[in-house]
Amino acid sequence: MVTREPEYFPPAENFVAQLGRHVIFFCRAVGQGGLLFLQAVLAMRFALTKRARQEIIVQMFVSGIKSLGVITVVALFTGMILALQTGIELSKFNQEVNIGTAVMVSMLREMGPFMTGLILAACVGSAMAAQLGTMVVSEEIAALEIMSIDPVRFLVMPRLVAMSIMTPLLAFYTCIIGVIGGGIVGASQLGVSWVSYIDNATRFAGAKDLYVGLFKALLFGVVITILSCHEGFATTQGAVGVGYATRKAVLVSFLHVLILGYFVTRLFYV
Amino acid sequence: MIRFEKVTKVLGGKPVLDGIDFEINRGETFCIVGASGAGKSVTLKHMVRLMTPDDGRILVAGDDVGSATGADLARVRNRFGYLFQSAALLAWLSVAENVALPLREKHDVDEDEILDRVHKTLAMVGLENDGAKVPSEISGGMRKRAGLARAIIESPEIILYDEPTSGLDPVTSRTIDRLIGKLREDLGVTSVVVTHDLHSALAIGTRIAMLNRGRIAEIATPEAFMESSSEEVQRFLAAQYITKEAPWERDQQ
Ligand SMILES: Nc1ncnc2c1ncn2[C@@H]1O[C@H](COP(=O)(O)OP(=O)(O)O)[C@@H](O)[C@H]1O
Ligand SMILES: [Mg+2]
Repeated sequence: MVTREPEYFPPAENFVAQLGRHVIFFCRAVGQGGLLFLQAVLAMRFALTKRARQEIIVQMFVSGIKSLGVITVVALFTGMILALQTGIELSKFNQEVNIGTAVMVSMLREMGPFMTGLILAACVGSAMAAQLGTMVVSEEIAALEIMSIDPVRFLVMPRLVAMSIMTPLLAFYTCIIGVIGGGIVGASQLGVSWVSYIDNATRFAGAKDLYVGLFKALLFGVVITILSCHEGFATTQGAVGVGYATRKAVLVSFLHVLILGYFVTRLFYV
Repeated sequence: MIRFEKVTKVLGGKPVLDGIDFEINRGETFCIVGASGAGKSVTLKHMVRLMTPDDGRILVAGDDVGSATGADLARVRNRFGYLFQSAALLAWLSVAENVALPLREKHDVDEDEILDRVHKTLAMVGLENDGAKVPSEISGGMRKRAGLARAIIESPEIILYDEPTSGLDPVTSRTIDRLIGKLREDLGVTSVVVTHDLHSALAIGTRIAMLNRGRIAEIATPEAFMESSSEEVQRFLAAQYITKEAPWERDQQ
């Protein structure tokens, strides 16, 4: 059951009790998040039914296509900044042609998935938490449960599938746009021709960089969806609670994107 | 049909239900009245296990709701249609899609039959021309009726109404009252109506229970309810300008 009974805790007596309560709440949230993920994965066996397919496509549009504008701008400037910074340093050794590799590798490995993750957390994760939170507050989730319609299958699973598909695609798109941004700076500011830039960019980046980057993006997509849906479902206290849940969803997603990003890099490159 | 046995529930550190006992018979229209915050919605939520009792038992047709899980719980909930106080329609679906939702999501009914049943159900609540509108485009009374259509499309045995007339003008309220009466006659359902509108309760109820401070202050037929010796009941009656001197006439439907 997604609907939770209201809970009440008397004010903590002292600092230790307060701290202990935070630790317990944290562990419980981890457990609930894990459970939500498992339920959503199990519900994926219904992903091919007609109704689910339609909903997944709607969610792919909502999460992916609608963020495309922001992502393009962010990716372009990320690539431009990368090219400019490394270009300035490399030009001291007359190596500015190597900005191609620098931009390509850092976009593929880190910045592509990272930037995509942050933007999706801010745009899509917040919207998910707000929507599900509103549904909790207006008793829509309770209504689904009474009709024996599983909210996880009905709401979380399509979002999870859509984000698992869209996040890697968007991360790849971010890389391409970033590399183009780097090329623009190279051509206009550093005197690196497009041909040598592209040649340099594609020469040293390996397939592994691509796979690991896409895997990271997939991970981010899953984590953002589960965290945001979990926070949405955990909403209490009416409209104020929706705002609070949204804020928390974005914050927690940001932290996870950062921390998980580090650990995946460590796992594959050390 | 529904039996509460010494049900207690503490919420937010204070007792909301404090040993509630009552039984609702098949085919009845059982009204629960009481002031705001008396625990009326909480009582309804216990019937479908949106809340579980801290103590006591709730039996629905012999099944213990408080401990039901999985398929058992689904079977119990299947008996119910629930009209929420806020109607709880999904905001991104049209009225017709909302009403069709339980059929489409759970059963393998073909599309023609769904459309047919949705149309019939919407006609029952007088919304046959508003199926294409989304919930934000229609009035509060229409939303309640749409919520009711969704609640009855699976032909439940019991319909729970949470404040069906609150926030509506008197004329619309009486329309809803008549609808509740009509559904009882046409479908033979058991109804539980939570309300703080005594006019409604006296007009449609076969029995009325008054909740006060987590306890049942009175359970009686409308006539006996008017004559109740309970001080809370008399105060509640007086507050709604219903007095023994000018007897309330039952609504002629
Ligand atoms: N989710 C909840 N969390 C904490 N307290 C609640 C919750 N729901 C209801 N209550 C408390 O229970 C009491 C009864 O609420 P409710 O049944 O909604 O009243 P009403 O009779 O107006 O429907 C109120 O005092 C309210 O504070
Ligand atoms: Mg209420």
